[in-house]
Amino acid sequence: MSLKGVGYIVGAYEHPTRKASDKSVALLHAECAKGALEDAGLTKDDVDGYFCAGDAPGLGPLSMVDYMNLKCRHVDSTDVGGSSYQVAVGHALESIAAGRCSVALITLAGRPRSEGQATGTATRAGSPSQPEVQFEFPYAPATANMYAMCATRHMYQYGTTSEQLAWIKVAASHHAQHNPHAMLRNVVTVEDVVSSPMVASPLHRLDCCVISDGGGALIVTKPEIAKSLKRPLVKVIGVGESPKHQAGGEIDLTYSGARWSGPPAWEMAGIKPSDIKYASIYDSFTITVLMQLEDLGFCEKGQGGKFVADGNLIAGVGKLPFNTDGGGLCSNHPANRGGITKIIEAVRQLRGEAHPAVQVRNCDLALAHGTGGSLGTRHCGSTAILERE
Amino acid sequence: MAYVQRKVQFVGAPDSNPETKPFWDGCAAGKFLLPRCKSCGKVHWYPRGLCPFCFGECEWVEGSGKGKIYTYSVMTRAETPYAIGYVTLEEGPSMMTNFVDCDLSALKIGQDVKLKFVPSEGGPPIPMFVPV
Repeated sequence: MSLKGVGYIVGAYEHPTRKASDKSVALLHAECAKGALEDAGLTKDDVDGYFCAGDAPGLGPLSMVDYMNLKCRHVDSTDVGGSSYQVAVGHALESIAAGRCSVALITLAGRPRSEGQATGTATRAGSPSQPEVQFEFPYAPATANMYAMCATRHMYQYGTTSEQLAWIKVAASHHAQHNPHAMLRNVVTVEDVVSSPMVASPLHRLDCCVISDGGGALIVTKPEIAKSLKRPLVKVIGVGESPKHQAGGEIDLTYSGARWSGPPAWEMAGIKPSDIKYASIYDSFTITVLMQLEDLGFCEKGQGGKFVADGNLIAGVGKLPFNTDGGGLCSNHPANRGGITKIIEAVRQLRGEAHPAVQVRNCDLALAHGTGGSLGTRHCGSTAILERE
Repeated sequence: MAYVQRKVQFVGAPDSNPETKPFWDGCAAGKFLLPRCKSCGKVHWYPRGLCPFCFGECEWVEGSGKGKIYTYSVMTRAETPYAIGYVTLEEGPSMMTNFVDCDLSALKIGQDVKLKFVPSEGGPPIPMFVPV
């Protein structure tokens, strides 16, 4: 069965904090849950389904439903890194369709900034029981160099340049100047990006997202409840999810899981990329955005560099306004996972509640895409298409 | 810039992992063993006990140690800069590795490379690659 229209996003809340040294991770989750419920006009007693991922402490859903004292009929903790939250929206639709819950709460929160993690440049060993760890950890893979390897190959294969990648950061910075909560609010130029210090070639410091504390939450519910609330109606009309990995050694680092998560979402929604008025695209690094734009069909494969150059992602200027909150590149990347903030900004755009300077006119169709895990080894792509009703 | 070898860390206990012990025993003896499927004949990476293409049983065969650079990134923001990447082996699959004993700023995709074992701290020698 199609999940189109099975659920609406009625509550969306982004935690304003970017450094939460005085709060626990569980408290951040709960504050986000409270914010999303207030946004929706619901209470915690209305929640009967809870969705979280690897950022939730302890035993994930068990720890958090206990902490928040929720009475849930259904929980789900599918963890595919930063893409988990688009996946959670899809799984919430499935659960609602199956009658397993009617008000689904999704939360994300974390505080890597307070905990002093050198997130992008540190090599994390993982567990010896992970089958790949012996064959990867000795080579010191870190987040930044895993994405950088994809950029190197994309440049080789398609002629993409550092200057083109820089336009993605430039666009994000144009939006972030209007977001009082954004960590980086200065507008930057292509020259600023390419002359910032190299982190992992060919990615410079300004090609990388920020490291921030914070979180977010969403409420997904069935049509009858959504229509009884006072918020603008944001319907989920398409979802898709797909892992991508090393394929036994037959690797191709020039595309992402979006190549497979996009088509089922487009088909379910019954629309095409050119119909989208606003796109939230996961921006752990500039290269992540470029590959997803291509893989979702916003431009031909290999033409992403040309597509983003000259400000095409800037609201009011280009043909595909993206990440109008400043995204991970400028605003925040809570728990090192940017999936949920992508959905939250798409909801703001569809409700007409984005900052007036970046609000897209007549925004009735939006996309929010996540990429979680590591682009250079194994990751998941997750796509959600939303419609203002 | 002169090449400086960083300290190589290892996680795991090859002796208690029968699935990969032959590989690391090979490295210790200076042999680069690759897993090849007895059913479909394909070589895969990283090594598994069951072929990831057909779930057939695998055997170890000695690799040539030759390959080409598929991609790379020089990690500048590290105590000792290093080059990580994938090398496409002559036998087929691409494996994650480091490129060593070379000018890191001169690496090129498609470049021929050959195997070199580099000692690790507390673990077996690790297969890395040097541009030819």
